[in-house]
Amino acid sequence: MIEVRDLRVSYGGRVVAKVPELDVAPGECVAIVGESGSGKSTTLLALLGLTEGAEVGGRIRVAGVDVTSASPAELRAIRGARVALVMQSPQAALSPTLRLGTLMRRALRLHGVGDAERVMAEAVEAVLLDPAILRRYPHEVSGGQAQRFAIALAIALGAEAILADEPTSALDVTVQAEVVAVLRTLCAERGLALLLVSHDLALVSTIAHRVLVMRAGEVVESGPAGRVLSEPSHPYTRELLEALP
Amino acid sequence: MPRYLIRRLGQALLVMAGVVALTFVITRMVPGDPAVAYAGPKATPEQLAEVRARFGLDDPLWVQLGNYVRDLVTGDWQTSLHTRRPVLEDLYHAFPASLELVGAGLVIAVVAGIPVGVLAARFRGRFPDFSVRLTSMLAVSLPVFWLALALQTVFASNLGWFPVAGEYDSALDTTSPLTLWTNITVVDALITGNWPILTSTLAHLVLPALVVAAYPAGVIAQMVRATLIEEASQDHARLERALGFRETTILTRFALRPALNPVLSLIALVFAYAIVNGFLVEAVFNWPGLGRYAVNAISSSDTPAVAGVTLLVALMYVLANLVVDLLQGVVDPRARAR
Amino acid sequence: MSALPEAAPLRRTLPRVTDRFALAGAVLIALIALAALLAPWLAPHPPDEVDPFAALRPPDAAHWFGTDAAGRDVLTRVLYGGRTSLFIAVTVLAVSATTGVLLGVVAGYAGGWVRDVIMRITDVFLAFPALLLSVALAVVLQPSVTTVIVAIAVTWWPWYARLSASMAASIATRPYVDAARCLGVPAPMIILRHVLPNSLTPVLVQVSLDGGGVILTAAALSYLGLGAQEPTAEWGLMVEQGQSLFTTNWWVVTFPGLAILLTAFAFNVLGEGLRNALDPRRIVK
Repeated sequence: MIEVRDLRVSYGGRVVAKVPELDVAPGECVAIVGESGSGKSTTLLALLGLTEGAEVGGRIRVAGVDVTSASPAELRAIRGARVALVMQSPQAALSPTLRLGTLMRRALRLHGVGDAERVMAEAVEAVLLDPAILRRYPHEVSGGQAQRFAIALAIALGAEAILADEPTSALDVTVQAEVVAVLRTLCAERGLALLLVSHDLALVSTIAHRVLVMRAGEVVESGPAGRVLSEPSHPYTRELLEALP
Repeated sequence: MPRYLIRRLGQALLVMAGVVALTFVITRMVPGDPAVAYAGPKATPEQLAEVRARFGLDDPLWVQLGNYVRDLVTGDWQTSLHTRRPVLEDLYHAFPASLELVGAGLVIAVVAGIPVGVLAARFRGRFPDFSVRLTSMLAVSLPVFWLALALQTVFASNLGWFPVAGEYDSALDTTSPLTLWTNITVVDALITGNWPILTSTLAHLVLPALVVAAYPAGVIAQMVRATLIEEASQDHARLERALGFRETTILTRFALRPALNPVLSLIALVFAYAIVNGFLVEAVFNWPGLGRYAVNAISSSDTPAVAGVTLLVALMYVLANLVVDLLQGVVDPRARAR
Repeated sequence: MSALPEAAPLRRTLPRVTDRFALAGAVLIALIALAALLAPWLAPHPPDEVDPFAALRPPDAAHWFGTDAAGRDVLTRVLYGGRTSLFIAVTVLAVSATTGVLLGVVAGYAGGWVRDVIMRITDVFLAFPALLLSVALAVVLQPSVTTVIVAIAVTWWPWYARLSASMAASIATRPYVDAARCLGVPAPMIILRHVLPNSLTPVLVQVSLDGGGVILTAAALSYLGLGAQEPTAEWGLMVEQGQSLFTTNWWVVTFPGLAILLTAFAFNVLGEGLRNALDPRRIVK
């Protein structure tokens, strides 16, 4: 689903992210962990060709499309419809003057999904939200609801992969669990590929199959989640683990 | 909302009171003795005393202010020294023509300014952006009276494409007289189906309205560009990009509506500027509005008339701001929640 | 739009002023100011030299911008007019910015009823469009350059008061100001040492943006006959005197008008460039 080789993202000659190898298969969850500024979010955006003003090198294949050489139209066709993005601050990610349903309806029309009303209702129910939420404005819903709505957008558009950038860090602890549960179900039952960026190792340990640890733009360690988190080989990973409560 | 409404209304009333007080101060700043100014230099002391008593000039200042406010509220805005008619009556006749001119100018400004601002934001940092920034800066730097003279000379006097001056061809008053409803000629001609006057007024309106539009169009374009660029860097624009929307769609269908909010408050501000800039335009094009009235009053040192125009425009400005603040609730659902 | 950009102190931000617009505007203003200052040496003729036999000459080698109805050299009077306009602009901006910033900083720092009173007064003045209040004032005073300066300054200071009050209010809550207060530093000292310098950046941008507005307002007042009087060379007055000749003798009106346009444009370009360069939200690499 996602296949990255020798990715290099740089701004004006300064390399901010270097990823030699990153694969995510359908039904698999891969997590990138590291502190802020380690290049993990940049990597995520590079997968959708959304790193404005950056030079991106290497090979990125997402949903069968070569992102580095794709035309703008080809990129727009996979964005949303095949690969969805879930962002950190859920409410800020929703246009403040639009009802949630309006945004979803426009996105469905953009990607030519028919029977919009039924698709919308099903997608919203799949993330355990009341369909009435579609009539609300972003400032009228909670952070957890907004985040689940963002996931519902992915479901409605039939995305095969979700790129989630710190999807829980702006939420309360109890709400975090709900969002994680929804994401895990999508992976396990619908076979979506999930690429998760997080600095929250506790979250990562409950959901990820494999883990990449990044620091200052470099991948310092990678492997199955169980091994990396229980017997880390790199001192930086150990540091991160020790920082856990 | 009601609470916010009451607070905002109270604020507007306070400002209006201040506006009245300031206008009062200005009218009393006339150098020399106002009694002498009224009765003439050869008046006898008895005559002067009578004038003083009649206008309450011997009363303490706060009593005079009280009388001034009472007169204003009861509709006595003094008498124009120039036209010899009550100022309020003059204003009532002149105002609709100004509204017509400024309204037309603002419509042009909005219709031109918003798309041009969107264009600049869409191609930010590139050639279209550069030319829009440059043009809008030129538009706000134009001296209106000079622009009015230049357009009049080139397009009316020399090329003859448009009428030189006036609101419509006055010969039409006899051939197809206009029934007055709102006193706004275009509107009245439209509702009574008076096509000769309508077309004549529209032709007369083009040049002055373009001059009035120049400044607001430039400011609106700059504002739309700046707020759209700001909106396009927000998180929600990133999500919209990640959903596959085109950059142009994001700007026009997602970012423009929140960006219209500052534009709306700008229009209230610009409305007042347009009215005052309209003064100079009206003088050049002999447009029968407040501006021509004010400019005539200025040249004949007609203080009551000038004070009346000043007060009217300032009060309208306060009102326009109030309306815009309330309208923001309609445009931006976040403002309603306040 | 109460959210003001967090402005960094002046000395740290100035080196970043690399916006090409800002540079172009500054160069233009410098050239215009130089031309105005050196007018007595640059001007080809004395400013008041009347020559009835050379009236209304179109531009030629002897009179690059032609001559007016009294036979005076238009180029000379445009150069001298720059002295009047720039003198008005500089004086108005200095007086209104100083008054406005002082009142605004005090209001913003003190808060409470002091702020309320000052801000409500500011609101009243802001309810008048600048040109309108200037016209009203100029009508009751005697028309002259001084009247223009007074009338415009009275209408301009509230903008600076409002701007610097909101800056000062946000600075007054910063930790280093709290620290100074706890150490017992007197309020005037805190205002002078901390609040004032840190509120100046947006004021500076506003001053350069306002230069154009002041030039235009002053020209309009003179055009209405409320400002400079004959024989002073002033651009607005020159347009007024030549307006009836526009169709037959275009140069009498065109050149002073272009001078107003160019000067206002230079200030606007500088201000826009500065705003682009100094507004931290808009710094894009």
